[in-house]
Amino acid sequence: MSATKWEVVIGLETHTQLKTQSKIFSGSSVAFGASPNVQSSAVDIALPGVLPVLNREAVVCAIKFGLAVGATIAPRSIFARKNYFYPDLPKGYQISQFEIPVVQGGGLAIRVGEVEKYVHLTRAHLEEDAGKSLHEDFQGKTGIDLNRAGTPLLEIVSEPDMRSSAEAVAYAKALHALVQWIGICDGNMQEGSFRCDANVSVRPVGQKEFGTRREIKNLNSFRFMQQAIDFEVQWQINEIEEGRAIQQATVLFNSDTGETRAMRSKEDAHDYRYFPDPDLLPLEITPAWIAEVKASLPELPEAMKARFESDYGLSAYDAATLSASREMANYFEETLTAAGRENAKLCANWVMGEVAGRLNKDGMEISAGHAVPLAPTLLAGIIRRITDNTLSNKMAREVFDALWVGEEKDADAVIAARGLTQVTDSGAIESVIDEVLATNAKSVEEFHAGKDKAFNSLVGQVMKATKGKADPQQVNDLLRKKLAT
Amino acid sequence: MINASLKELSAALAQRKISAVELATLFLNRIERLNPALNAFITTDREKTLAQAQRSDDARKVGAGDTVAFQSKAPLSGIPLAHKDIFCTQGWRTTCGSKMLANFVSPYDAHVVERMATAGMVTLGKLNMDEFAMGSSNETSFFGAVKNPWDVSRVPGGSSGGSAAAIAARLAPAATGTDTGGSIRQPAALCGLTGIKPTYGVVSRYGMIAFASSLDQAGPMAKSAEDCALLLTAMAGFDTRDSTSLERPAEDYSRDLNQPLTGLKIGLPKEFFGDGMDADVRSAVEAALDEYRKLGATTVEVSLPNSALSVPAYYVIAPAEASSNLSRFDGVRYGYRAPEYTDLADMYAKTRAQGFGAEVKRRILIGTYVLSHGYYDAYYLQAQKIRRLIAADFSAAFEQCDVIMGPTSPSVAFAFGAKNADPVQMYLSDIYTISTNLAGLPGMSLPCGFGNNNMPVGLQIIGHWFDEAKMLNTAHQYQQVTDWHSRMPEGLA
Repeated sequence: MSATKWEVVIGLETHTQLKTQSKIFSGSSVAFGASPNVQSSAVDIALPGVLPVLNREAVVCAIKFGLAVGATIAPRSIFARKNYFYPDLPKGYQISQFEIPVVQGGGLAIRVGEVEKYVHLTRAHLEEDAGKSLHEDFQGKTGIDLNRAGTPLLEIVSEPDMRSSAEAVAYAKALHALVQWIGICDGNMQEGSFRCDANVSVRPVGQKEFGTRREIKNLNSFRFMQQAIDFEVQWQINEIEEGRAIQQATVLFNSDTGETRAMRSKEDAHDYRYFPDPDLLPLEITPAWIAEVKASLPELPEAMKARFESDYGLSAYDAATLSASREMANYFEETLTAAGRENAKLCANWVMGEVAGRLNKDGMEISAGHAVPLAPTLLAGIIRRITDNTLSNKMAREVFDALWVGEEKDADAVIAARGLTQVTDSGAIESVIDEVLATNAKSVEEFHAGKDKAFNSLVGQVMKATKGKADPQQVNDLLRKKLAT
Repeated sequence: MINASLKELSAALAQRKISAVELATLFLNRIERLNPALNAFITTDREKTLAQAQRSDDARKVGAGDTVAFQSKAPLSGIPLAHKDIFCTQGWRTTCGSKMLANFVSPYDAHVVERMATAGMVTLGKLNMDEFAMGSSNETSFFGAVKNPWDVSRVPGGSSGGSAAAIAARLAPAATGTDTGGSIRQPAALCGLTGIKPTYGVVSRYGMIAFASSLDQAGPMAKSAEDCALLLTAMAGFDTRDSTSLERPAEDYSRDLNQPLTGLKIGLPKEFFGDGMDADVRSAVEAALDEYRKLGATTVEVSLPNSALSVPAYYVIAPAEASSNLSRFDGVRYGYRAPEYTDLADMYAKTRAQGFGAEVKRRILIGTYVLSHGYYDAYYLQAQKIRRLIAADFSAAFEQCDVIMGPTSPSVAFAFGAKNADPVQMYLSDIYTISTNLAGLPGMSLPCGFGNNNMPVGLQIIGHWFDEAKMLNTAHQYQQVTDWHSRMPEGLA
């Protein structure tokens, strides 16, 4: 075993499919799942003589993103042609941005556990997607589906700021949440709306220069990203330790074997012959346009997190968790509004605890298109009954479960139907305690002998006798008082 | 009727002296009879043409109550026109002069085709051209060379050679052309016609098969400036489908035709009157300038110091754009595909090797080279800088003059094969026309006499951006006092 300690260096390139009505350079629909080629116009199939016309909606998405990551929005950016031949690339070139991208710089905060880190972005540029080659369904031939050709993408390129697969995944997750938060991407990874390439290299700790990188292409799940990077890092370390130099290459991750394998080396790299696309004018974005887009942006997660901390007194961790997605944050704030600001911590605990847990258990997510079965006002109703001591926590969870599956119209209705009112009358509780003490002389004896367990047993007996309706704290206090006398 | 101006044809139709169907038939019959010797048309379709003519006649009948209104709304309705085969024409084979598209039937109309159809013009057919508009002699067409009607042993010029030959032989009263480095003006000069390449962006490129996108511009070709003005008025206009189309108010390009030329300042670039020009061309051009002085114009020497760089800069930029524009012809979705191949790479290689002709392949290779990693800065970026210098030269020159004049082509039409051996010699045919494309300026050619072997000579007029109306006025006034434009080759009656 070598004594060298290795540092991992990771940068990510993310292709984000923009949530526009139509394609980036034609009027065709971008809806997923249509029959092959029905969503491809003369422009998309690159008939002779057709010309691209930029979709302003895609530009708005790029501006939104730039604003959300604190980047510079280029006042003038250039579309370029990236030339290569492939059957699903109809024009023989992809329209992209090369020298001057629309979004320059910026960055976003990520968290791994309690550690926060800022990842810098190099750039984000607009480009069109290619079509799909279908190799399975045609014996010995390849089918071409050009529905996806011309779909608008924002390629977001990070600096090589990540130092572990966990950081890479945290960055990808933060980015994934952000693009959905600002409404520019549906985030659907199965349908390819959010796909990452990871540039991975290793270097001895303390070395300034980067090691030679290999690029893992097309990672479309966070789990695969973690697996692929971990495998790749170990592979690179082994190679170097066994005296072999890393060759720059593009690699693919095989999720069945969990391994990465080289697809092409640097020598086979294309010469894309980039040059400015003469069919498109430079993209000019005025300060007025930026201001207009800015006005339409929702509150951003970082700002919301800070507000949760300062206005509601939440911990940094709670604030970060609740602002992880716009839907989660909205749910929390609606609950809070109905339950009262003074109950912020309780609302936060319930949203992060019961609600998130139950959603997770049911395989659901708080996200667009998934309504939470329990409306925030209903949750607030439960919380109000906790704070006015009507419900114990245990009872509250019972009410929660009932409302979740749609029983009754609100918390009070469940309470009434199930007779769940907590007993807080100390006289009533005291008489039960007297009864329990009388019938459990042995436990009382053990308690006086110093056995704390006996006390818990007595509390349990009281709770059992009140069918769980007594306020546990009250039972505790009264019991200790009685036993002390 | 075959020598009539568009205005005369329009009047004849309005007065019911002839119907659109009769007029189309007359030209179709001439095409049938004379085209085999000239090879100006690649495709004709009598049925489609006559159906379109019938629609014009029907529309006129509906509008019959008010002939004046119909005439002012649709002055070109019923007049036949032929399209260069670079314009996609719905339901018509659109070949671009290439084997690659020999069987391609377009499912849509180019903007220019749409505009002319909306004006009521009747499509006579699709005209031969250099393959993908790459050539100055029409010898690169997959469908064979077009013959110059003035002398069938000579070239008609290119790439809009079919357009020029068709009008010169009176197979069509007018035609569309495209001009990337002189492809309207040079064949117009070599065939004794008038043609104008408008300011870049005035006519939409949508549906015009791209050669070099930043240089390509469509324009009309006809016998006279007056005809061109009518055609350009119908053809020009903003189109949202072309991002480089300019959003400007519509213009009537005929509006200034009758303005006198008194006080017009004509700039004569000394670089256009140097050694490169043949003596017969020089004497015809100088005689034309004398005529202009008689019309009240004055001439002033100007300089375009970087014009010597225009041909090399052009032969970097145009092939660079072409190499990318022609990538879509890959055998995958439409067009030619090699009948036999072993794998994808082999399919591409064989399809493109077999589907493109030698000149197209030469330019794809040049373009691919100049865009390659390590060469881009030295070639493409340098050429773009030269392009800006050339535009600046013109701007400076136009501070001293209203229009610029000079020869369109250094020589009259040459014999077939004369310049084939040396592509550079061929490229120099466009030495006077290329710089206007690089600068995006409007340029036109009009006949100004005859040179050696009684072949037509063209006078070039270059205007400032958007000065088409002034250029057409300048040409029209000259055509009021000369008759070069109404001469017709012998033996084609």
